[in-house]
Amino acid sequence: MSLFNIFNVSGGALTAQSQRLNTVASNLANADSVSGPDGKPYRAKQVVFISMPVAGGEASSVRVSEVIEDQSPLKKVHDPKHPMADPQGYVSLPNVNVVDEMVNMISASRSYQNNVEVMNTAKTLLLKTLQLGS
Amino acid sequence: MASQIDSLLKFHTDALNLRAQRQQLLASNIANADTPGYKARDIDFHQALQAMLAGSATATATAVVQTRSAHLPGAQVNGTNMPGKALYRSEVQPSLDGNTVDMDVERAQFAQNAIHYEANLMMINSQLKALLSAIQG
Repeated sequence: MSLFNIFNVSGGALTAQSQRLNTVASNLANADSVSGPDGKPYRAKQVVFISMPVAGGEASSVRVSEVIEDQSPLKKVHDPKHPMADPQGYVSLPNVNVVDEMVNMISASRSYQNNVEVMNTAKTLLLKTLQLGS
Repeated sequence: MASQIDSLLKFHTDALNLRAQRQQLLASNIANADTPGYKARDIDFHQALQAMLAGSATATATAVVQTRSAHLPGAQVNGTNMPGKALYRSEVQPSLDGNTVDMDVERAQFAQNAIHYEANLMMINSQLKALLSAIQG
């Protein structure tokens, strides 16, 4: 029954989108973290989506293939009094772009809602199919 | 008699199977709205239904030979699993990452397909009711 496959397809999308939302939360929480466990400033993280075929059809779900670190240069702020300042008096701050993250967050949440809607519709259709002939 | 009931219900059953397949393809488009390089897919419902009624749905499906255990099964040759031929949607507003999913189109088609699916169910239901009343008098 191919309608059951929709739950696999949309379920995978929900997992992927919530992981994206998680990454955004991590980036926003660490927007000012000058030092992490390795002693280096936090770098923004981004998820990479790839589509993944589900069994028995042409339909494909989506999953996160990897989480990459943003390699763009860190923000430098002149603050000689800061304990993490380098000999020239500059502090390296994370390369998190708050505006980008907010846009990412809204996009992820809309996609999540879309997929929930899809699953609800599929559920209604399946229930109606089960009641066939009654 | 049994074959008569079969042929009575065949049209709507075929249409229902196609609707279910289309619903699955549209769900997969919506799921991959943010996947770079994903190409939106859909079936030509009119053509697929014509092919199914003519009984040539099996002729268009190509057999996939699985020589390793990791190979994907592909479309089944008997045509019961995936009756319609999935095509690629032509894009209206291409995006830089190669994704061709247009969320407005997909949502609209998904809602429309769901209503058609329900309409098909209602038709089957009323045919069954008619049969039942003919049997029971």
